[in-house]
Amino acid sequence: MKKIALFGNPNTGKSSIFNRLTGLKQHVGNFPGVTVDKQTGTFSYNNEKFELIDFPGTYSVYPRSSDEKIVFDVISNTQHADYPDAVIVVVDASNLERNLLLFSQLYDLGLPTILLLNMTDVAARKEIAISIEEIQNAFPATTIIRSNARIGTGIEEIKRIISENQLKIAENPFGKQQTLFPVDDADAQAIDTDERFHAIQKLVNNAVTRNQELPSRSKKIDRWLTHPIIGYLFFFVLLLVIFQSVFTLASYPMDLIDGAFSSLSSFVAQQLPPGLFTDLLANGIIPGIGGVLVFVPQIALLFFLLSILEETGYMARVVFMMDRLMRPFGLNGKSVVPLISSSACAIPGIMSARTINSWQERLTTIFVAPLISCSARIPVYTLLIHLVIPNKLVGGFISLQGLVLFCLYFLGLIAALITAWVFQFFLKNKQLSIFLLELPPYKSPRWANVGIEVFSKAKVFVTDAGKIIVAISILLWALASFGPSNKIENAVKLIPKPSIQTETTQIAYEKQIAAVQLENSYIGIIGKSIEPIIAPIGYDWKMGICLITSFAAREVFVGSLATIYSVDQTEDDATPLISRLREETKADGSKTYTLASGMSLLVFYVFAMQCMATLAVVKRETKSWKWPLIQLFYMGTLAYFAAYFTFNLFQ
Amino acid sequence: MKTIADLPLEQRSIVTAIKDSALRPKLLEMGIYAGKTVEVLFKAPFGDPIAVNIDGYVLSMRLNEARLIEVAD
Repeated sequence: MKKIALFGNPNTGKSSIFNRLTGLKQHVGNFPGVTVDKQTGTFSYNNEKFELIDFPGTYSVYPRSSDEKIVFDVISNTQHADYPDAVIVVVDASNLERNLLLFSQLYDLGLPTILLLNMTDVAARKEIAISIEEIQNAFPATTIIRSNARIGTGIEEIKRIISENQLKIAENPFGKQQTLFPVDDADAQAIDTDERFHAIQKLVNNAVTRNQELPSRSKKIDRWLTHPIIGYLFFFVLLLVIFQSVFTLASYPMDLIDGAFSSLSSFVAQQLPPGLFTDLLANGIIPGIGGVLVFVPQIALLFFLLSILEETGYMARVVFMMDRLMRPFGLNGKSVVPLISSSACAIPGIMSARTINSWQERLTTIFVAPLISCSARIPVYTLLIHLVIPNKLVGGFISLQGLVLFCLYFLGLIAALITAWVFQFFLKNKQLSIFLLELPPYKSPRWANVGIEVFSKAKVFVTDAGKIIVAISILLWALASFGPSNKIENAVKLIPKPSIQTETTQIAYEKQIAAVQLENSYIGIIGKSIEPIIAPIGYDWKMGICLITSFAAREVFVGSLATIYSVDQTEDDATPLISRLREETKADGSKTYTLASGMSLLVFYVFAMQCMATLAVVKRETKSWKWPLIQLFYMGTLAYFAAYFTFNLFQ
Repeated sequence: MKTIADLPLEQRSIVTAIKDSALRPKLLEMGIYAGKTVEVLFKAPFGDPIAVNIDGYVLSMRLNEARLIEVAD
């Protein structure tokens, strides 16, 4: 299959062209050795299939950030697996001069080129007239196609020209230099760039007639949206809407998915003959898959909203306004959205960090996002706060319980910012921090782009991170279901069968069995064996077991406590569990759940990386196990010492 | 030397030089070179970054980046 490469400056409509050419026949893969995703797709013409590779938007073939490096890597090496047979360079007709630099560099490399003159509608609005003839004279070997990606003109022509194989290679270069300069010889590159712009300027002066003014519409909108007060207010309201959607709106389909999978689980358990396989299916695989799919509504909603912001051009303004505030922490203006989204769920939040161009700033954002308190922590917070914080008012009108909840959220946020700040000192070979960001004119979103974005993000999550989540679910199931030799069976035999068979006694009996099973499983043994480690922060082995089971997801903590104390726990009412926990005493007769141990647990859950799905997503996004493991370690350490400090403070 | 960072809002000026720095090649590639007409359009709250009209397109830059671009008096 012939490989066609798609190049262009940022904001030229390159991704629209890509979507137009390939539709849903897209695939996200890896370029060897770099962290940027490789977006590929296929299209056919006259029964011939072509592979289209979308390269990151750059202003030059020479990289100025690690993400741009892939462009140079591929075109400087004819043996590279992704070295193209032909290139399409998307050129923004409304800004011909700057766009032609990249085109002229690629033209001179001896590759067959198509110069795709895009956004002719914007150019027309800006009263720009372009003489195709002049451009053709300057680049005789290229094929010029006019397109408008928003309405889809020019797309069929691209396919036809490529399939007819009429593309030519330049005989005479446009610039003086026909080979690439070494990637680190910035001086030679700068001289070449200067010379090229001289020639391009001459060409543009002849080929383009234009009105020098900027489109007034964008200027007017910017007067409001980047206003020091109204601009922030607008952004704040927008964040609230995004947060509410991810938090509230997504909960309806999430509850449906959750309900459907637990029904499926109990259906399977009842219908299939009891045994190991049924148990694996009902308690390992089905909840595992459900645990993956339950995140899809949040991911889809967040990316739906974010890609609208991106498409309209507003996202660039967000970065512009927030840059000054985020800069001291080594974060980017674009980090705001991932961090806010993480307060609903870190999964879509971390995925949305992909819009951050600088790898270091993106990594920092991903690194600290799980410290922001997410919705899965709420059941844990609620239970423990009701358990150990007295229900009284502070200063006459502030609920103490509410105040503690607020402090926990605040603690997470502060920890995230401080960690980001500290993280900067650990990053080696710091890249030059470049801001330089184009503020494209405002335009209405193209809904097909939004749809494709939502689809591909959900797909990447389910296929890539999903595998890891299902695997860990099965592992946790196995650890909770099996114990060494006959330990579980022997322990179950010791429980007296109820003498009177009523429904209540039967349920109580089953609850006791479940508790004994968990206690004697491998997880139970691990929980008991870590008791010496967790005793200094105020926990016993029962809590230890719950810490381990809730590694699947934080909210599992509540369910595990209910299991281990054989409490009949219904989903919405934690009262029986709370009264049972209040009765729990240690060997010396003192209470197990005191203010000190409760606060210690709360603080532990603020910091600890108790979420396998987040780890799976970080692995997916950073393309290595290094970062999720570092995260697991640093958050665990932070949680342990903070809990230790808290326990001793309240003791 | 006067730089873009010193320009008042909406006053056009001509780029005279770009100071030698690691950022120089990047600025050049974004179409900022001697002879270009530039104009500061608006500033972010706190006055940093700023949005600059680079002869037909809007580029936002931090003040330390703007200080590398010298303009005519």
